[in-house]
Amino acid sequence: MDRTLNNKAWFLVLPVFALVAISAIIPLMTVVNYSVQDTFGNNQFFWVGAEWFVDILHSERFLNALGRNLAFSFTILAIEIPLGIFIALSMPKKGLWVPVCLILMALPLLIPWNVVGTIWQVFGRADIGLLGHSLHALGIDYNYATNAVDAWITIIVMDVWHWTSLVVLLSYAGLVSIPEAYYQAARIDGASKWKVFRYIQLPKMNRVLLIAVLLRFMDSFMIYTEPFVLTGGGPGNSTTFLSIDLVKMAIGQFDLGPAAAMSLVYFLIILLVSWVFFTVMTSLDADAPEKGVQD
Amino acid sequence: MAKITLDKLAHSYLPRPKSDADFALKEIDHVWDDGGAYALLGPSGCGKTTLLNIISGLLVPSKGNILFGEQDVTHLQPEQRNIAQVFQFPVIYDTMTVAENLAFPLVNRRVPKDEISRRVSEMIEILDLGDKAHKKAKGLTADDKQKISLGRGLVRHDVNAILFDEPLTVIDPHMKWQLRTKLKELHRQFEHTMIYVTHDQTEALTFADKVVVMYEGEVVQIGTPEELFDEPAHTFVGYFIGSPGMNVIPADVNGRVAQIGNTKINLQKAYPSLSGNVELGIRPEFIKLTGDDAGLPVQVTSVEDIGRFKIARANINGVTLDTVLPEGGSVPAHPKAIIDPEKINIYKDSHLVKGEA
Amino acid sequence: MLELKNVSKKVGEVYHIRDVSMRLEKGSLNVLLGPTLSGKTTLMRLMAGLDKPTEGDVLVNGKSVVGVPVQKRNIAMVYQQFINYPAMTVYENIASPMRIAGVDKKTLDQKVRKAAELMKLGDFLDRLPLNLSGGQQQRTALARAMVKDAEIVLLDEPLANLDYKLREELRIELPRIFAETGAVFVYATTEPHEALLLGGKTATLAEGRVSQFGETISVHNKPVDLQTAQTFSDPPLNLLEVKKVGNQFEFDGQTVSVTGQLDALSDGAYKIGVRPHHVFLNKPSTPALSVKAHVSTSEITGSESFIHVEKNGYRWVALTHGVYRVETGDELALHLDPENFFVFGQDNKLVAAPAKLQGE
Repeated sequence: MDRTLNNKAWFLVLPVFALVAISAIIPLMTVVNYSVQDTFGNNQFFWVGAEWFVDILHSERFLNALGRNLAFSFTILAIEIPLGIFIALSMPKKGLWVPVCLILMALPLLIPWNVVGTIWQVFGRADIGLLGHSLHALGIDYNYATNAVDAWITIIVMDVWHWTSLVVLLSYAGLVSIPEAYYQAARIDGASKWKVFRYIQLPKMNRVLLIAVLLRFMDSFMIYTEPFVLTGGGPGNSTTFLSIDLVKMAIGQFDLGPAAAMSLVYFLIILLVSWVFFTVMTSLDADAPEKGVQD
Repeated sequence: MAKITLDKLAHSYLPRPKSDADFALKEIDHVWDDGGAYALLGPSGCGKTTLLNIISGLLVPSKGNILFGEQDVTHLQPEQRNIAQVFQFPVIYDTMTVAENLAFPLVNRRVPKDEISRRVSEMIEILDLGDKAHKKAKGLTADDKQKISLGRGLVRHDVNAILFDEPLTVIDPHMKWQLRTKLKELHRQFEHTMIYVTHDQTEALTFADKVVVMYEGEVVQIGTPEELFDEPAHTFVGYFIGSPGMNVIPADVNGRVAQIGNTKINLQKAYPSLSGNVELGIRPEFIKLTGDDAGLPVQVTSVEDIGRFKIARANINGVTLDTVLPEGGSVPAHPKAIIDPEKINIYKDSHLVKGEA
Repeated sequence: MLELKNVSKKVGEVYHIRDVSMRLEKGSLNVLLGPTLSGKTTLMRLMAGLDKPTEGDVLVNGKSVVGVPVQKRNIAMVYQQFINYPAMTVYENIASPMRIAGVDKKTLDQKVRKAAELMKLGDFLDRLPLNLSGGQQQRTALARAMVKDAEIVLLDEPLANLDYKLREELRIELPRIFAETGAVFVYATTEPHEALLLGGKTATLAEGRVSQFGETISVHNKPVDLQTAQTFSDPPLNLLEVKKVGNQFEFDGQTVSVTGQLDALSDGAYKIGVRPHHVFLNKPSTPALSVKAHVSTSEITGSESFIHVEKNGYRWVALTHGVYRVETGDELALHLDPENFFVFGQDNKLVAAPAKLQGE
């Protein structure tokens, strides 16, 4: 449906446009600018073309960080999506408990991200944290600051705790929109609970789930605050994700050129993944036009 | 297959119903014969869907019992009652093909594979879905999807009854015809008890052997299409069945004469002197408009041409009278309405009065 | 007066509306008749200004309105799903267009009450749409459309979600009510029956094209092509293919002599359409084509009987008065009077329509 043009609308958009230009587009252009130049200091820059990009794409440091990001994103997707669906299925659809459950689910999403990091940082400490202390009491040698595996596990658990609710809420929305008649027909057909899930609930939720996967992938791929607060990227660089590495490079080492190049590469990867998801989503929509929509 | 008995069945959606008005379905006592085709006909809110859901088991009635054969199934779940239901909008499993959809109820009941395959191909033939057997059910038209919904019920051999809840709602008029005829054929072939809920009298009358007319939670009349047409037990039935519905005119009735305004009409049967709200019911099809002197003088206010006949809407003493003119017919200059005395029904307080011959 | 000139609407590569031209006069009732997905809603949206045509022009009273936003045009639209403001009472719902237009309190009140009276909502003015029946909700939507005093009123299958009997009642009231306002009235429906009952003019749509536009009963009695004839038939039109040889029509070894305009046709193969109530079970006095067919099923409505038969792969319906009992498999003799034939050429265009139905 194309809307008839209304020129007044442009005036309303102008302030937002200006804001976005100042806060996003101009800085972005600055980054692009830096990514193709080098400096010896004293604010003197000279053109190096695609040199930084080539360097980055071959650098072991970048590829390792990228690997960590991918491993992390796939792991949390593998946990959060099924878990989220399971919780959504267990939530009541009607009655007094519905708003209670929804609020409980929303709570983790409302906590500022660095606070999340701090919560788990304290929680996991052997001396003052409940989790750390309990594990030590059980004889488990748990230390996220010195042990890379422990650090990874902690970050993953932290993310699951923080973000599974998003998947739950999205799945729940998808579930409640399924008309009762489908469940009734399934009962009459003698379908077991598993079959109801597989043949009715899951297919009807697929659009919503795709959004959930997209959001979770993008967010987890860009993760910064929580791991930074928790481990600072350590021990060593075992939890140094791309974003953390980027900051180290740009602000720590002040290598503006490589940092700018890396951030652009990072940006383009995310853009590519989003585009893939979007294409899949819209092709699902076009697949079977809803009959019953009048023409 | 079984006969279905409704034993003092009633239902209220309120936890503590106080009066009759609180009941969505008022007490009903009835037996449906094995293998019959029945329709539950009535306007929205008359209780027909409530009754259907009680029969299918999706609803437990607040009072009374329902039996399949000799077994009391009142508290049994739908899956334990061996019924099939077709809903208002097509319910199909999106991820499966047509064949898989039809096989689903049999797979769940652990019917042997070759038996499934045989019954499914048989059903696909019967439903004229031959070329679409291996297509994904999702992409089909609404009427094909409804056929699949229906097929899932027919493919089972243990079905006591098949229930239809306004199944042609989303179907185009052209396909409605085909699907309706198909349902009738299938009924003849399989002889399942079929109960069909609708507010469309054409659907009800063409499909059913017996129609249950409902109004405000009550069963107003149960009869064959001819009985409902010729002798409606209640003015509501007369109004609801037939397009246009029966004309109901206030009249004075005594003996063999009915008087409307200044005109006397001779009746075929004798009635005692009636008081209260007395009305004469006559269907538009049985009124002729002539230019002759005999008959009720009327004023024709409009004529609608619907192709195969015309409806002339007339006025008599402020009451509307619909009459039917044949294709190509016209209204005479000073129209008089001649009423066929054989087809007159007399009503007192909306209920039919049976006269003596 | 609303006019469409060669309007087309393309979405991607597909034409949803193709080359439609029509003139809708002030105070006229126009029906858009066609199956689902034939383009009725798209066409209405183009008339309303909710969509822009890819080609062609839309004019109101001679002036082009393409590009004029829909809020500026004086139109009212009623949908199949009863759409009302859920948080407002019936009174407020009906009053809303006038409140936006800034009409003074007294006139507003008068108009709301008048519309409510006409729609028999007088007792329900304080209720919320949730607490109304389907019929009442739709009447609220209609009342709201009425008070706008719109020049163009568009109704997209407004009665489709209502009960059969309620539909009958409203169908009688609607044209009468809107006729008073003098607006251009456009009504979309899939049911030929409804088009005939509404009267006025009808445009038959199929696959985005308007095949015919004229007085409803004329389109019914003289369809320009086979598709239009089929769109306008409920029950479906019976089809058969005959050969004309000399002054006779031949079918399945049977012949019938023809006169008048039918005799004037050149020899050759023709497609014939016969309406179900013209398939006679008793031999008429005039010459008729007799066909033997097998009964596949029969449906009795009390006042009429529909007999479905099969013949050489053709499936026909015969409509007869009263109760006619037959068994499946019975052989029946059917009689077709050529005077009732709709004759179409091999190109599906109308060659001859029943003479006695013309001149309405």
